[in-house]
Amino acid sequence: MYKYNDFDRSFIENRNRQFRAQVARRIDGSLTEDEFKPLRLMNGVYLQLHAYMLRVAIPYGSLNSAQLRQLAYIAERWDRGYGHFTTRQNIQYNWPKLSDIPEMLDALAAVNMHAIQTSGNTIRNVTADHFAGAAADEIADPRPYAELIRQWSTDHPEFQFLPRKFKVAVSGAHQDRAVTKAHDIGLRITERAGKIGFDVIIGGGLGRTPMIGKTIQEFLPVDDLLPYIEAVVSVWNLLGRRDNKYKARIKITVHETGIDEIKALIDQRFNEIRPSFSGIDQSLLNSIIADFQGPELRNEPVHEFHTRYDSAAVFRSWIDTNTAAHRDNTHSIVSISLKKPGQTPGDASSAQMRVIADLAEKYGYDEIRISHEQNIVLPHVHKEDLFALYCALKPYDLATANIGLISDIIACPGMDYCALATARSIPIAQQIATHFDALKIEHDIGHLQVKISGCINACGHHHVGHIGILGLDRAGVENYQITLGGDATQTATLGERAGPGFSADDLLPAIDRLITAYLSVRLSPAETFLETYRRLGQAPFKAALYPETQQNTKAA
Amino acid sequence: MPTPKLSQIITANALINGDVIYFTRHGTWSPNFDEAEVFEDDAIAQDVLIRASAQADQTVGVYLTKVAADNGSYKPAHFREDFRKTGPSNYFHGKQEGVKNV
Amino acid sequence: MSQLINDTGFVPNDITTPFVTLDHWTTGCALQLTSDTDPNDLDRILSAPCIRIEFPTSADGRGFTLARLLRLRGYKGHLRAFGHVIADQFAMARRSGFDDVEIHDTVARRQPHDQWLFRTDWQDHDYQSRLRGDRSPIQSAQNTL
Repeated sequence: MYKYNDFDRSFIENRNRQFRAQVARRIDGSLTEDEFKPLRLMNGVYLQLHAYMLRVAIPYGSLNSAQLRQLAYIAERWDRGYGHFTTRQNIQYNWPKLSDIPEMLDALAAVNMHAIQTSGNTIRNVTADHFAGAAADEIADPRPYAELIRQWSTDHPEFQFLPRKFKVAVSGAHQDRAVTKAHDIGLRITERAGKIGFDVIIGGGLGRTPMIGKTIQEFLPVDDLLPYIEAVVSVWNLLGRRDNKYKARIKITVHETGIDEIKALIDQRFNEIRPSFSGIDQSLLNSIIADFQGPELRNEPVHEFHTRYDSAAVFRSWIDTNTAAHRDNTHSIVSISLKKPGQTPGDASSAQMRVIADLAEKYGYDEIRISHEQNIVLPHVHKEDLFALYCALKPYDLATANIGLISDIIACPGMDYCALATARSIPIAQQIATHFDALKIEHDIGHLQVKISGCINACGHHHVGHIGILGLDRAGVENYQITLGGDATQTATLGERAGPGFSADDLLPAIDRLITAYLSVRLSPAETFLETYRRLGQAPFKAALYPETQQNTKAA
Repeated sequence: MPTPKLSQIITANALINGDVIYFTRHGTWSPNFDEAEVFEDDAIAQDVLIRASAQADQTVGVYLTKVAADNGSYKPAHFREDFRKTGPSNYFHGKQEGVKNV
Repeated sequence: MSQLINDTGFVPNDITTPFVTLDHWTTGCALQLTSDTDPNDLDRILSAPCIRIEFPTSADGRGFTLARLLRLRGYKGHLRAFGHVIADQFAMARRSGFDDVEIHDTVARRQPHDQWLFRTDWQDHDYQSRLRGDRSPIQSAQNTL
């Protein structure tokens, strides 16, 4: 993991002093709310429905046990004893007082963490593949590049008052687990003739006008990374629309300008900017890469694991769903589900965070990741330790075997907390998860991603859910639109709207009909929902969702 | 169905603790929904809104919202304001725990 | 009326010549640019002795990129941020290539001298100079002044 040096530490301490002064100046009237708002936002402080919310960055999703314990402590000391992990690898505290936030930021700084640029019209927390550094299909660990971008974007003097927010994601594996095609800039590490470079994708994004990003550079050399993304943001800062916030994101600028035209502008700006980088960033990068070398893995054969796997069915089920292939075949990547049916997706109590921190120390080389799917990952666990880990997780409701299944739902906080929401997300996720868990058919249903957003801003990624649910306000009543066929991976696809929305009461029966239809039309249990949808199109699913319409059509 | 006549109240969040607050007939802010001054007349409501917004050292995001008559008292006309008045539905947190007098 | 601020805090305004807009600008005049200036127009004004870039609101960050582009293109004259700039943006302005900041009196009244002095440490804790090394044209341009 990256180790903060004196520069990073004094930067954060200084920044926290500034924010402490800004809070005091807001309270004494030196700053108006209009002036204070961008400053609090660039330090992660929102005002939500019931209270302020502090959004803390977990850069590229990586934590150690001391950091997770501190997150648990902060939740207890200044909040309500829990935190909410988000789709952008942040943790949110829902109940802080404005006057306590400087203290919370100091407590974060004590473990090399911060809330800088987790909000506001700035370059946001850089996200990465949550299996980074461990995945069997990895070309190179994306985190050193994400850390380099974190340093470059932090407090960047030109880019604190951008037209709108700007999100960067980095992936270093063949499988895209970082949703790079739905980011303002997505970077995918590729390899050519033994050297690595970046497939640079720009203009992706969800929200009101969802778009899949377009490749603007097929193989950007590593040493051009910072000047190139600086050129992208520089061009957009001047060209992006400031008259309408719904048209301000770079996806709209790319769409309105055209990819060829904007590429020409970016290339020209790149040529201007490139000489201002002396190359010292590359020597910094090399020392960052050294920090990310990863643990020395235990060299011990796998014996007992196979016996356990063959004899204990519940354990086997957990292994099958919650572990993934590690680059070392004596180890596994373990996903700890924060989606026990009935619980709030992505929430963890302080007690749960502490247990995970302890187990990461005991069995996981002190490494923890937060996934954009709102689960926690132990990236390196020796297979001989998996059974003990499973047994230790179970009493804390952390051994739910549902990763990638219908109850592993992404849900934004929705109207229960969020000031922007138009409907609730959490109770919908709870209902769907509880329903299919009770039927005991989710393993039969197989891989199926349900993603729920409580408003058009799409924090719940509904556009790229196999089943997407968007909560809206229809004349003062919650109403839910269903999209089908979305895909968040390297084959990213936007889901298609199925038809008219459903009331909160009608939604679960509709989802149930949809699943029943899938089970009856799939070729075999091996054909996933998404594959079936791609083979057959919307028709059979639409018929299941809207049976009355179908009957009317037949009758007519 | 005829739309019932809606009145208005003034609400905001408290600057320091972020709590949902309501503007009272005494020109003060209260965390208690039932203490909100109810305006039947929009012109008066707009007028008081300007006065309430001027207390920028105590509040954030002052706005008018509609309430409906409900058996001799009032309730929020929109479900968003119901959540602000009550708290989230996934945990028993927020105002539903009992309004504290600030 | 307005208030000028540089690294020493509030100072009297030393530029008394009028600023003209891009449409009326000729060589030798002090120039005022709006935040929506086309970056292509910057090349023909590099001889201006002083350029003032307008910040219509503190949320409009285009001025920072315009300043940086001017420095990158070799502008060696005096560069001033003008309008609704807040004390918290002083370091951003200096790091982007501005020499000083001129604000409206209404902002100066709310944000007195000491709040600006608090941010005159702009050369410290700067990730950019750390990542770029000493080849930053911003620094070299200002050092020649």
